[in-house]
Amino acid sequence: MIKKYFFQLVFLNLFFSKEVYAAESGGMPQLNPEFWISQIFWLILTFGILYIVLSKLILPKISANLELRKSQIQENIEAAEKQREDSESKLKEYEKIISESKFEAKNIFKETREKALKEINVKRESLEQQIDEEIKKAEKEINELKKTAPKKINQIAIETSSEILKNLIGTEINNSSISAIVDDLSKKNGDKYYGN
Amino acid sequence: MASNPMTQFEVYRIGPEIKIGSFDISFTNASLFMVISSLAILIIFNLGSKKNSMLPNKIQLLAELSYTFVSKMISDTAGSKAKPYFAFIFSLFMFVLFCNMFGMIPYTFTVTSHIIVTFILAAFIFIGVTVIGFIKHGFGYLKLFVPSGVPIVLLPLIVVIEIISYLSRPISLSVRLFANMMAGHTMMKVFGGFVISLGIVGGWLPLSFSVALTGLEILVAFLQAYVFAILTCIYLNDALNLHH
Repeated sequence: MIKKYFFQLVFLNLFFSKEVYAAESGGMPQLNPEFWISQIFWLILTFGILYIVLSKLILPKISANLELRKSQIQENIEAAEKQREDSESKLKEYEKIISESKFEAKNIFKETREKALKEINVKRESLEQQIDEEIKKAEKEINELKKTAPKKINQIAIETSSEILKNLIGTEINNSSISAIVDDLSKKNGDKYYGN
Repeated sequence: MASNPMTQFEVYRIGPEIKIGSFDISFTNASLFMVISSLAILIIFNLGSKKNSMLPNKIQLLAELSYTFVSKMISDTAGSKAKPYFAFIFSLFMFVLFCNMFGMIPYTFTVTSHIIVTFILAAFIFIGVTVIGFIKHGFGYLKLFVPSGVPIVLLPLIVVIEIISYLSRPISLSVRLFANMMAGHTMMKVFGGFVISLGIVGGWLPLSFSVALTGLEILVAFLQAYVFAILTCIYLNDALNLHH
């Protein structure tokens, strides 16, 4: 209801105001030629001045500014690109140096290890030789001792037995007879004790 | 101002009457707003081009964005040959845009809502483009009226239509801008009148309409300046790059 009233009001108002305008207006002011010449004159004057000032003074400056900025940005981009390439090549160099030094370090380690191993081997061999020699020497001595031992034992046996006999009997007994007995005995039992 | 929505378009003399011979060239409110628009353009773009810093400030950015906008518009529609006419099209676009925009301020005068102003601009463009066309192509420019690939039988008709459409260019160009400006401002005035006559009770609806219309009119003000400039570019393109 209120809505209807409202629209009626608007509609009526439209009618009403239209009538008022029609009564007042004398057509479009645009079609009144009174100031046409004035408008044309001022349009040509203002637009002409605007065009001349813009084209001769302002637009070339803006264009120069834009060009300058463009070239500056381009230069900066190029410089940045160059620096990037530089840093990349430096990085590559650095990596190369690192890998080379790693390789070198490995080589040095390998060499020293081999050297040390060689030295150890040489020392070991010489030591082994020494030991062998010592062993041989000792064996020789032992063999000699083995060879000489029965004779010495026989000697000692003869001497002790003659001494014992002298104490027991009180008379000197011929050494040769005793030695014959000892020899005989040692030959009988020598195998048992000396293995020869 | 009176309630008649057309009174806003009335031209009246400011200051004394100036006459050259029998011609009245008095300074009027229309002249005032032409001067204001031109001065505003010159001041803004002068400030925008004064310093060249690597990081532009707001006004410099505005000037440079407008420059690249118009320059792109020209190169897109008329190609690289239209470079010498850049300054003219730039001035034209800015002049129409500023006149339209100043007209959006209440109690101002809209220069472009007058058919005589838009017609003089359009006629100048029309004559200029035609002269350029004849200078560049000689009588070969008349080939513009003979599109290729049309059957011989239809040719006389097509040529007549083409000539009429060519001759009506200044009229359509000028009437488009003038009518848009006039209609928009009249409509805003009418709705503004409704707000007063309906009062506090019913005035809200036309008021909201008026607000919405203001936004629309600002868009139209820009759009019509753009259309005016781009049509100039297209006409220039016809004259510079004759193809058929």
